[in-house]
Amino acid sequence: MTLTTVIFYIFAAILIVSALRVITAKNPVHAALSLVLSFFTGAVLWMLIEAEFLAISLVLVYVGAVMVLFLFVVMMLDINFEELRKGFWGFFPVAAIVATIMAAEMVLILLAKGNGLESFTTVAPLPEGVSNIKQLGIPIYTDYLLAFELAAVLLLVAIIAAISLTLRRRKNTKYINPADQIAVKRNDRLRIVKMQAEVEVPEAPAAADDKPAA
Amino acid sequence: MTLTHYLVLAAILFAISVFGIFMNRKNVIVLLMAIELMLLAVNMNFVAFSKYLGDTAGQIFVFFILTVAAAESAIGLAILVVLFRNKRSINVEDLDSLKG
Repeated sequence: MTLTTVIFYIFAAILIVSALRVITAKNPVHAALSLVLSFFTGAVLWMLIEAEFLAISLVLVYVGAVMVLFLFVVMMLDINFEELRKGFWGFFPVAAIVATIMAAEMVLILLAKGNGLESFTTVAPLPEGVSNIKQLGIPIYTDYLLAFELAAVLLLVAIIAAISLTLRRRKNTKYINPADQIAVKRNDRLRIVKMQAEVEVPEAPAAADDKPAA
Repeated sequence: MTLTHYLVLAAILFAISVFGIFMNRKNVIVLLMAIELMLLAVNMNFVAFSKYLGDTAGQIFVFFILTVAAAESAIGLAILVVLFRNKRSINVEDLDSLKG
């Protein structure tokens, strides 16, 4: 058993334990943090077979962005998680049976003799002077350019959708509608009223007896 | 460390997340997290096949899966926030307004 195999087993064990913690944790914050650990461990496992670019992007995209979003949502919503946990273990028999059968089927097929998987034992080393990123970057920007641009458009659509879904106008906020403000005419605001010119009445002389006697 | 190691690990991870979807039938947030775990398992298959077979197409596909999954979870969580505002609950059992 080589050193990399030992490392693989250690990280695989961490991955499975943290995945189990994700789905059984009482507190969703703990579940989100365990999910961070599982993504991180998954990235390490990808790095073991020299898929560095995807390992780094998994950490950046998932741990850096998606999981922070999850944590925000979990912490900002005032949810009674105790109530959601009611009947949690009630589903256990069905869930355990389905998951065990599913895992057993897949593992039995994968470990069966003569399925042809035994021949893939080592990762072919990269050619001299070619890194994993270069190896992926060239096809992404040539063969898969359309898909790449569609992915960019998809992200834009996701931004617009997420903002427009959660945008909320408060009723009591005073805000200016710029279109109305620009479209306003003088006559909407100003009214010229014709009215009688006022004649200034000269002030009547004050009481004469107030004057000091000369 | 062979291809089979990675495939078996991904299979176990996928089964764990199916288990999680069954167990957390009420909590939408944990359901979304289990879906992310499933995607991790699938991506691990893609990466392992791609590296052991020496074909970069699998890794490029994982790149696009990551993009789609990020968009999916952003919109999913936005829907979750709107749902919580309207119903004051994220219990899946309360989401029965559409029943005939």
